[in-house]
Amino acid sequence: MKSIRKGGTQDTIESGIQEPKSQHLRSGSVLGSWFSNFLLILSCLPAFLINSSSAEDVVIGSKKFTESYVLGEIAKRTLADAGIPAEHRQGMGGTIILWEALRGAHVDAYPEYTGTIATEILKSDSALSLNQIRISLEKLGVGMTAPLGFNNTYALVMRRSEAQRLGIRTISDLQRYPELKFGLTHEFLERQDGWQPLRQRYALPQQNIIGIDHALGYTALANGSIAVKDAYSTDAKIEQNDLFVLKDDLQFFPKYEAVFLFRSSMRADAIAALRRLEGSMDQTRMIRLNAEAEQTKNYARAADLYFNSGAALAPAPSGHSGRPYIGDSFPHKLARWTLRHLQLAGFSLLLAIILGIPLGIVASRGGAVGHVILGFASVVQTIPSLALLALLVPLPFFGISIRTAIAALFLYGLLPIVRNTATGLQDIPRSLRESAVALGLSAVARLWQIYLPMASRSILAGIKTSAVINIGTATLAALIGAGGLGEPIISGLNLNDHVTILEGAIPAAVLALLVQWCFDLLDRVLIPKGLRI
Amino acid sequence: MSALIKLEDVSKGYADAVALYPTNLSLEPGKTTVLIGPSGCGKSTLLRIIIRLIEPDSGSIEFGGTPVTCDNINGLRRRIGYVIQEGGLFPHLTAGANVLLMARHIGKSEGEMHKRLQELSKLTRFSENLLPRYPAELSGGQRQRVSLMRALMLSPELLLLDEPLGALDPLVRASLQKDLKDIFAGLGQTVVFVTHDLAEAVYFADNIVLMNEGRIVQKGTIGDLRERPADPFVSEFINAQRSIANL
Repeated sequence: MKSIRKGGTQDTIESGIQEPKSQHLRSGSVLGSWFSNFLLILSCLPAFLINSSSAEDVVIGSKKFTESYVLGEIAKRTLADAGIPAEHRQGMGGTIILWEALRGAHVDAYPEYTGTIATEILKSDSALSLNQIRISLEKLGVGMTAPLGFNNTYALVMRRSEAQRLGIRTISDLQRYPELKFGLTHEFLERQDGWQPLRQRYALPQQNIIGIDHALGYTALANGSIAVKDAYSTDAKIEQNDLFVLKDDLQFFPKYEAVFLFRSSMRADAIAALRRLEGSMDQTRMIRLNAEAEQTKNYARAADLYFNSGAALAPAPSGHSGRPYIGDSFPHKLARWTLRHLQLAGFSLLLAIILGIPLGIVASRGGAVGHVILGFASVVQTIPSLALLALLVPLPFFGISIRTAIAALFLYGLLPIVRNTATGLQDIPRSLRESAVALGLSAVARLWQIYLPMASRSILAGIKTSAVINIGTATLAALIGAGGLGEPIISGLNLNDHVTILEGAIPAAVLALLVQWCFDLLDRVLIPKGLRI
Repeated sequence: MSALIKLEDVSKGYADAVALYPTNLSLEPGKTTVLIGPSGCGKSTLLRIIIRLIEPDSGSIEFGGTPVTCDNINGLRRRIGYVIQEGGLFPHLTAGANVLLMARHIGKSEGEMHKRLQELSKLTRFSENLLPRYPAELSGGQRQRVSLMRALMLSPELLLLDEPLGALDPLVRASLQKDLKDIFAGLGQTVVFVTHDLAEAVYFADNIVLMNEGRIVQKGTIGDLRERPADPFVSEFINAQRSIANL
């Protein structure tokens, strides 16, 4: 749901991608394990360049929060039950990423909310009817199902006990308590249908407003650090934390009816299967599915619940429904995450080395070109990683793919290598450069036999820095569904689940140490002995 | 006898100063010419122009009758040996690899290179046992011997030395001076030697070229400079150094 506006500020981008109601990622990774050995990365280059998923599968996308995961999984199972091979790419960041993925045919369908479609995708200032939305989308080659049956809109919530004590039942009632402290998600603070217009409509007097992460906000609410926060009307936490939803008595919040968006050119039987989900889930039911997913940290099991409890769904043609979902074992998941992580970091590092060293050589000569190269590499480093991902996703060739993650990591890995190569070469004493020239060595021989070996320590230090940076930054690849150890870290952050965070963070730290250690060994092989005396 | 190298109206200036006014100089084969003068007089500039580490602003240079150009300079450099004060050895290569670098580059046979290496070790009195060592593992004097071996490896027609003994302590310096002179004489080597030390200049030189402020002040033997100074500066320079020597 609530997602980012295109061209939003860094804060909006961040709030858009760190969707609140995230969930443990359980099943097979987006791209599967189509190569099993890190050392095979090079030979797998063509695979990156062609396509990363089977062309025939219908690809369902979902955003990075529980409800979207659950809906995505339900859609996948519905298609599978209709005999249509489907793949679920879960947790792909925010609206901008999924919308672009849909337009670029990287995904065929994903769950969305009418309010988000109107304000964020169609950028309409006024409320649009379902029909208006449908017509506008059709022009863009995108179809929309009828509402699935529940409205997941924004709401303001308080602890039930506190609301009762103060006698607050509606948002209007808040006018009487200007001293109440609000903790609102960054996204809600920025949204066109968020805090600013809400405050105007209700003439709310509160000044003590802080921006806080959604999951952390519940903790803050529970311990009394804040009194009011924003939430979603199907949020499982409302029940779990015994919260009270303030009545939107002026009907400020727009409708956020859940629907599926799909590419109009998607195969007809798949569209028909998705349409079977229309009207099959009411609000109570969705809250239950969300609660199940969050409690078990297994959204596939929540999807089971949908099928098993005899949903308002016609019996599937294949005759079976609700086959129990068996999650991967932890070692298996860890191996998959780690392997993908190494693929991401390793491949991007390789590209950074292949391009960074020549660029560093050119930059070492100074002049305008050298300044441009170092300037470019430095500027790239200042772009926040989430923003860089969001910038790359709409470009042709990139989209929602491992390519985008590798491209971003490559760009971040460039600066240390370029700079260290340039510095290492510039630090060679003039007398030694002149000796090489005076001997009559050709320019190529001078570079390969004299200058690069002499700069090898500095160059390797740059590569080492890039490698460690890439291991760390590769966790962000999970935001665009490219997998890696970022999967558990980002899920854990959104769930406020420390164990899940550590499942990714500890292996990532170990990996960084191992990489450091390997490079220390490599130093002994690659740095000429004469420079180590 | 025709000159091995001939400079005509060669000059070099920088934004704020002239390093070398238009200068003419011819070097006879088999002779040692010493360029001497105070710091900043242009003697090193002149040497570095010969091997084209500095591109002259004007004038022409001929080497063995061939005009030196950007296109042929790299080939000509292989016919010139060059030794600098700190030796200029590459720290990532062993002494032996430093010496053999150019020979390998132009594809000499291993046998030929090995033979030449043995000759040079004897000539420069550098123990063959030390050849596998890296420059950082050698003394200053040993490094200069290796640097000389490297310069002589391809039997150059011309040897350029830019204050080669300047950084050595007096005892090492004296022993190297003697060895160098014997080597030059034994090889019949054409040498250009830059120093600011008059005693060293006298010891080596067939011809002394005294320079000051970017110009050649006088060319000749030490006798010419003493007896027939071209300029008051010549006497001043000689007397200054002699008075130190006579202390």
